Amino acid sequence: MAARTTQEAQAVIDLASGDPHRAGIVPLSFVRQVLAVCVFPDLLRDDSIPLDARQRAQRFLDICPQGSVGVYSSTTGMPYVVQRIAEFISKRDGGIAADPNQIFFYSGTQENLKMVLNLLSSGSGEMQTGVLTPLPYPHTLPRLLQYTRLKLVPCSLKQSQGWAVNTEELHRTVTEAREHCNPRALFICNPGIPTGHVQDRKSMESVIRFAAAERLILLVQEVYQDCVHGPGIEFLSYKKVLLEMSQEYSEHVELISFNSLSNGSLGECGLRGGYMELVNTDTAVAERVKVLMGFRSPPVLPQPALEVMINPPTPGEPSYPTYKQEMSLIQTTLSHNAQRGYEVLNSLKDVSCQPAMGGIFLYPRLELPAQLIEEAKTLGLPPDVLLCQMFLDKAGVCVGAGSENGSEHDTYCYIRVSFAASSDTFQDALSRLCSFHHHLHETYS
Amino acid sequence: MPPTSNTGERSIFNRYQLRRRMSVVLREISPNIRSIRPPRYTALSVRAAQIREELRQVRFIYSSLDFLHHLIKTNRSSTCVFVQGVKKPYTELIDVTWGDPQGAGLKPLTFARQVLAACLYPKLLNNERLPADVRQRAEGLLHECHGGSVGSYTDLPGIPQVARQISEFISRRDGGVPSDPDHILISPGSQWALQVHEKYTAMYKFKQLYCGGGGVRSGVLTPQPSYSLSVMSVVGLGGVPVPYQLWEEQGWEVQVEELNRALEAAEGECDPVALYVINPGNPSGHVQRRKSIQDVIKFASEKRLFLLADEVYQDCIYKENIEFLSYKRVLAEMGPPFCDTVELASFHSASKGLLGEYVCGFRGGYVELVNMDPAVMKHVFTIFSKDNAPTPGQIALSVMASPPQPGDPSYPLYRTEKQQMQTLIKDNVRKVHEVLNSLPGVSSHPVEGGAFAFPRIDLPPKAIQKAKDLGMEPDIFYCLRLLEDAGLFFTPGCEYGQKDGTYHVRYAKKRFHFMNDFS
Repeated sequence: MAARTTQEAQAVIDLASGDPHRAGIVPLSFVRQVLAVCVFPDLLRDDSIPLDARQRAQRFLDICPQGSVGVYSSTTGMPYVVQRIAEFISKRDGGIAADPNQIFFYSGTQENLKMVLNLLSSGSGEMQTGVLTPLPYPHTLPRLLQYTRLKLVPCSLKQSQGWAVNTEELHRTVTEAREHCNPRALFICNPGIPTGHVQDRKSMESVIRFAAAERLILLVQEVYQDCVHGPGIEFLSYKKVLLEMSQEYSEHVELISFNSLSNGSLGECGLRGGYMELVNTDTAVAERVKVLMGFRSPPVLPQPALEVMINPPTPGEPSYPTYKQEMSLIQTTLSHNAQRGYEVLNSLKDVSCQPAMGGIFLYPRLELPAQLIEEAKTLGLPPDVLLCQMFLDKAGVCVGAGSENGSEHDTYCYIRVSFAASSDTFQDALSRLCSFHHHLHETYS
Repeated sequence: MPPTSNTGERSIFNRYQLRRRMSVVLREISPNIRSIRPPRYTALSVRAAQIREELRQVRFIYSSLDFLHHLIKTNRSSTCVFVQGVKKPYTELIDVTWGDPQGAGLKPLTFARQVLAACLYPKLLNNERLPADVRQRAEGLLHECHGGSVGSYTDLPGIPQVARQISEFISRRDGGVPSDPDHILISPGSQWALQVHEKYTAMYKFKQLYCGGGGVRSGVLTPQPSYSLSVMSVVGLGGVPVPYQLWEEQGWEVQVEELNRALEAAEGECDPVALYVINPGNPSGHVQRRKSIQDVIKFASEKRLFLLADEVYQDCIYKENIEFLSYKRVLAEMGPPFCDTVELASFHSASKGLLGEYVCGFRGGYVELVNMDPAVMKHVFTIFSKDNAPTPGQIALSVMASPPQPGDPSYPLYRTEKQQMQTLIKDNVRKVHEVLNSLPGVSSHPVEGGAFAFPRIDLPPKAIQKAKDLGMEPDIFYCLRLLEDAGLFFTPGCEYGQKDGTYHVRYAKKRFHFMNDFS
């Protein structure tokens, strides 16, 4: 999409990039209070900020060299924060141990992933390293793989199967891929991006067995683990499932999982903070990652934010009521939007959409009018990009073209719609979508 | 996997396969990454970290007993503590390895921190205790953030207002030479930006000169001594660093004859595409004069090299009567044909400035592109758009580029703080120079700019021998002893590339009360 000036952009509702604050979700007060105090410690004496926020900040400042967040920190993440992350992971996984030495903090998943991909990347032509990934994939993936000189090997998921991962399809894809590249990794998102599919244990186990059989390292993006919407749906981490399998898998399958501040509830995409955990990788890998990370110090500011994300206020603390209220609001908003979006989209003619079990995207399928396809061809654009541009121009709502996620078909297309937005904004976007859709069918029928 | 009817056999075979490929990720690692070597002084940093941690624990214990705490505070030099059972005549490790002023005791600029706090927690916009100009600045910046939150992804490649402020700042600095905000890219720290440019100039030139010469690696001329991480990142990107020596006898000047020699030496080894200069020098502290910059530009023009100018220490100039001149300004003032043809990328960051914020932890930097081929520019933009600069870093840049002005409520405090810092550092620079040169066997050039001193130390032959016996570089040995005996953490010169037979150490000059502790 062409860049727009800020003013225009602010009148537009952006539901393409999955940026909650941009679409009206309000940041969590506690997080911001802690950060503000960290940045400007004079605020430690300011009564308008709750005591526990100030204490949290103080604790953090105490472990910062010279008591300042402006100082270069340890290149792999402050030990205090990394320790807390390890505890969080362990608790989440029902007590399975997490080793702080295998956890690395950096400025967002993109950076962490890039580092890992750089380690993997080698070869060219037929020997080029390939990364298998279910299609549709996150729209940021192709550029990242291109930058790290890796081949993207897509494995199509089917909407009709609820976007479930299909191991037979994976097998077929990888066998075929071996003819023209060297697949060494499987990149998978759970909850799926943009599909919103949440895998169950059985599905995850079969993926793990597949990775083991095909000698692939598993790279798992789990940023939306805090966002699960349907009743009876539970998020299970790949690490937990792996370690609860038999020894031949639990001790051998290599896994790297990613999480970050850009999740559903915090949505602090601009702060750039995230971590990755290495499981079963050779010790030399962790060493090598440390060397690579030694080049640049990660930002300090996201670290207290991350610490709050995994260690929120607890009952009894002064900020707890507000925190709980805000969190509830965000989570209800997301669930409500997910449901509403699903209903509205499915009510439109020639549109079908799977429910979002998790994550922050809906991924509806739209049948394309033949005329639109022709017009797109003349303009030299993929039809869904044209559709999204028209939608943006006409209705001021920005949604993502499914071709960015790898979905390319002849007579239909997909669009990716983030519902991480305030209720009002999302409602507004939905009604604009409905009128645009109506207009589209009138114009092109 | 061979088919087998016996599941038992198959599972044994599987296990064998799985065990065998344990190190598959590392063994087949990208050859570029493999050749990045970790800094040689890792053992030193590890030891420093250990000592630091032990001292912290010791301090913690003591601080819970009031009188001992008091004792330590007032009588530091005469208090001894035990670290791992060895008596240490110091209670605090002084780390002067990184150019991190806050890490060495200087306070951050109040204005910058206030603006940041207000941006993070907008409720503060209504807080009367914050000066009006702080609140206005924060409000303005938030207005340009999507959703009014610094938690949103910013427009790529950076908040427009910040890019504008930076271009105005550059123009003012360069005596009016215009700067185009569209040619300014904001990045998470200058190192990152530098890497991107190294990668892209390499690829671009490669395309340009491609005549079936696949497999020829691109070379980047790099100064010696220089900042090791930059050199390593060249290696990491598949390039070849081509070192050129700076002339120590003349205060670490850049010499065109040496540039020529380096270029010739590189023939056959690689295809040089870029020339990397650091001005003010790191660690040399040399500030280039106009003539020197012109000579370098002419050289780059003649040899068709892309100029990468690392100017992050431009705010740190100490010698009287010296002015920092940016490569861009000198280039523009040279007139045609140079000003229209020489390709240049100049880098700056919010982490290093004297005038700006000591906000290394915030990660904000920018690069200005001059005369870049539009096709390459497009590629570079794409890469920059992929990696958002953290919003707090951008805010730090905004404050750096556009500080409080006379008449603003925050100006008096800002002015005082700035002057204090400047005086302190100038003092340190002078003292350091005096003390160093008074020590036997140590010689140091007066530091003109930058954040470091790079004195040369003539080690007695016995010390050199002892080091060799221990299997370590002599300068690492010296630094280790310094660490253990005096609690000072310096960086050995071998990290920066020095002429064989000479040994140097690098340290940052911004430590409070430095002199008391050093002697």
